[in-house]
Amino acid sequence: MSIALLIWSLALAQVFLALAMGAALLRILRGPRAQDRVVGLDTLYVNAMLLLLTFGIASGGTLYFEAALIIALLGFVGTVALAKFLLRGEVIE
Amino acid sequence: MNGMAELPAWAALVTAILLVVGATMTLIGSLGLLRLNSFYERLHAPTLGTTLGTGCIALASMICFSALQTRPVLHEILIVVLVTVTTPVTLMILVRAALFRDRAESTSGVPGRDAT
Repeated sequence: MSIALLIWSLALAQVFLALAMGAALLRILRGPRAQDRVVGLDTLYVNAMLLLLTFGIASGGTLYFEAALIIALLGFVGTVALAKFLLRGEVIE
Repeated sequence: MNGMAELPAWAALVTAILLVVGATMTLIGSLGLLRLNSFYERLHAPTLGTTLGTGCIALASMICFSALQTRPVLHEILIVVLVTVTTPVTLMILVRAALFRDRAESTSGVPGRDAT
């Protein structure tokens, strides 16, 4: 009973997170200016990381956790580099 | 679904509730990012996903794996700490960049006092 509930809620959470990724992708495609697209990219990688965490719960392994950790690290670096580029016109001064 | 059958009922229930709550919060935040009007309003919405969404889903993962392996499995705290620390840094740099660009082009509707 509770295992079936867990499986259904895992599926529901994956659908919700995929919809959230779609919303962030629409903002990237539509965003009127460059900073809107950067915020959309930031949201997209956080949502992808959460989706990987739910995959990890569903599969029971630790491999998905490591992928999510790397996405969190590299996504932060990428967003900061893009924001620095918007601020200064170059990434490394 | 290997080994999920021996998960205790309370752990399955708590994991299910936390997963759905976290995913719903993330979806609300992303829809806010899509629907709000100006850039400075849109910036607030996805933080719902980075705080509540990440916290709930990582807590669900911790509870599920701790109950499965009957020992504390706490490495998801790394993701929570990383996201909680990096999100304000990212958003502050982005807002500075957006303010700089808007003031350079003297767009209307920029919050705060005018650039000197």
